[in-house]
Amino acid sequence: MSVQTQVANRSGLQQRRGRRWLNNESLTALLFVLPSLIGFTVFYAVPAIRGLWISFTNWDLLRPARFIGIENYIKLAQDREMWNALVVTVYYVLLNIPLQTLLAMVIAVMMYRLTQSMLIRALIILPWLMPPVVVGLIWLWLLDPNIGIVNLALKAMGLPMIAFLGLPQYAMPSIAMINIWQYVGYTALLIFAGLQSIPGSVYEAASIDGASETQTFWKVTVPLLRPVLVFVIVTSVIGSFQIFDTIAITTKGGPVNATKVLNWYIYEQAFSRFNMGYATAISIVLFLILILVSMVQMRIMRAGESDM
Amino acid sequence: MKKFSLLVTMLLILGVVLSACGGGSAPAEQPPAADAGAAAQTAPSGEAVTINYWLWDANQLPAYQACADAFMAANPNITVRITQSGWGDYWNNIQTGMVAGTAPDVFTNHLAKYPEFAEKGQLVDIQPYVDADGVDISVYLGQLADLWARDGKRFGLPKDWDTIAIVYNQNALDAAGVTLDELNNATWDLETGGAFQELIAKLSVDENGNNGLSPDFDPTKVKQYGLIINGAGEGYGQTEWSWLAATTGWRHIDELYATKYNYDDPRFIGTIQWYADNMKKGFIMPIEQVSSLGGSAAFNTGLGALHSNGSWMIGDFVNNATFPFGFARLPQGPEGRKSMFNGLADSIWVGTKYPAEAWQWVKYAASQECANTVGEFGVVFPAQQSGVDKALAAYEARGLDVSAFTLQATEPDGTFLFPVTDNASQISAIMAPAMESIMLGQAEAAAVLPVANQEVNALFQ
Repeated sequence: MSVQTQVANRSGLQQRRGRRWLNNESLTALLFVLPSLIGFTVFYAVPAIRGLWISFTNWDLLRPARFIGIENYIKLAQDREMWNALVVTVYYVLLNIPLQTLLAMVIAVMMYRLTQSMLIRALIILPWLMPPVVVGLIWLWLLDPNIGIVNLALKAMGLPMIAFLGLPQYAMPSIAMINIWQYVGYTALLIFAGLQSIPGSVYEAASIDGASETQTFWKVTVPLLRPVLVFVIVTSVIGSFQIFDTIAITTKGGPVNATKVLNWYIYEQAFSRFNMGYATAISIVLFLILILVSMVQMRIMRAGESDM
Repeated sequence: MKKFSLLVTMLLILGVVLSACGGGSAPAEQPPAADAGAAAQTAPSGEAVTINYWLWDANQLPAYQACADAFMAANPNITVRITQSGWGDYWNNIQTGMVAGTAPDVFTNHLAKYPEFAEKGQLVDIQPYVDADGVDISVYLGQLADLWARDGKRFGLPKDWDTIAIVYNQNALDAAGVTLDELNNATWDLETGGAFQELIAKLSVDENGNNGLSPDFDPTKVKQYGLIINGAGEGYGQTEWSWLAATTGWRHIDELYATKYNYDDPRFIGTIQWYADNMKKGFIMPIEQVSSLGGSAAFNTGLGALHSNGSWMIGDFVNNATFPFGFARLPQGPEGRKSMFNGLADSIWVGTKYPAEAWQWVKYAASQECANTVGEFGVVFPAQQSGVDKALAAYEARGLDVSAFTLQATEPDGTFLFPVTDNASQISAIMAPAMESIMLGQAEAAAVLPVANQEVNALFQ
């Protein structure tokens, strides 16, 4: 999705702003884009606009909806569960993103500098290839306090048993860990691709100038990698805010609402409490939050520019 | 260009966020409510008709397939197509099916779910059919039929019932020198915990081999817990705490469809605190250890001596327990032994094209003939006595004594009804975290429950 946008930006499409916009070339481009544009309209744009409408109704899934104005939004502002969900979600994003990005960076640089092996590259993205539901189930069993292998290992080392997913204080960190395990390889692969696009001549120049390995990393690699990093962080933050599958499989929002993130709360309101209108209003709020977060990130990290 | 791409990005995010929610389904028009009264008079037309029937319990699938085969043989124009899916997916599929117009004609319904469906006009009132066909609802055990009737309307015919009993690990009893007799006659009360508390203490063993009665017992290193329950129990506690709380005379609600819950009653608060205290003492497995895989999984691996569970789980223990086991009676409280009495029934969706044929199937699935067929499979207790007898014979043939469940059901005042009220899902959302916080030891029952009860009762205002 926004990969194309980024690539388009970087390849200097902006320079063509001045030209007539409907020349042959852009007509061809439009034809190429058309199939995905149709999919986007049918499966994203139309449901999204309809979603906006639903958020102003009291639709309960089964009876006809009635327009109730901004009532859902007023209720939402006073809903303790919703505020708790927001806090829990932000907590998860903070546990998830910094560590995941850091680890992915380390793995990517190691892949780039130390090995050419396709096998290792494949192994690193293996967890990402597994369906999230399977990952959730595997970790549910691995982390089980009674029969899970992780606790057997802790016990063998003489450490006390930990109910990773059963105690409020451990549940969210455990879920963040599971998702880092699943997505770090994929993130590393994206960064790795970014590293490969940095021309070798820059490194040669750096080594001729006598830059150390650390200096090369901070002064050459990181700045030239920035556009890719922006993309990686923006998309993974958005994904992180929308965490659902792992929680649906492992904790279902518990214990004591410790993992009741926004998406789980939305799901619960819509499908077990029959408040589709209210649930959709929360999704709109989540959408606004994500736009805000993404815009701030892109501004701070100067997404549209490159140092290359 | 930059602005445009940002706009596209924003639209993409909006799409991703909302499409997860909108599900592409518009507020559907109400399916035409079948006029059950008129339909009851028109006999099945005789044209070839397919009735879709859903259930969630995989163990019962062969039994109801046998019923369906017999039904189809007797009604050659009707085909019953059975679909089974797990509990979680089951209700999602039914709800989305009702919205999309693809819900099954007939489906197995649960007492915690049906009032919401009925209130939203999704279930056919079968009382006119019952009257027209002269179905005798007194054949159903106890008050099972009453559970499905409200304000002169009826939303299901009972198929089966369940009660709660104690499963025991024979090896654990032998090692502690506890006899089945002792267990069957254990007493319990709020103040001292009675003989039952002493039993679960004696049956709790730590890694050094000390049992719970020894002063050296280490509650942080328990190898075998005296009792395992399935979790915190949300607002029902069917297998977890309802069977103890009810022996004090406490009930969730005062009558079916009450608009007031009793979670602030001192007897209930005391019982729940008793659980939390005994988890801390190491006699009951802490709920953080059962929340992922459930209590029965922990019991089946031999981590506990006793486990409270429902009669629908008998087959699960047969298949998965790694040791000899049996079923014992519930402990006796101040007002005797009490088990929740719950039952399933088949409901007809209002969107069905063939209400008359759907009714024929519902009637057959709740008939004595089908009850006998289901009974012979020995997976569940049918709602009629003759079926129960068949089920008992089937269990006995497999060497299982399940009388702890049936004695409980037939004992005078041995059962109380599942608390059927409106707002079930909202109540769960309030009670689940409240009960968890108590059982995890984060808060006292006396502080949490009155507040939660207020919130619950406010739902009915």
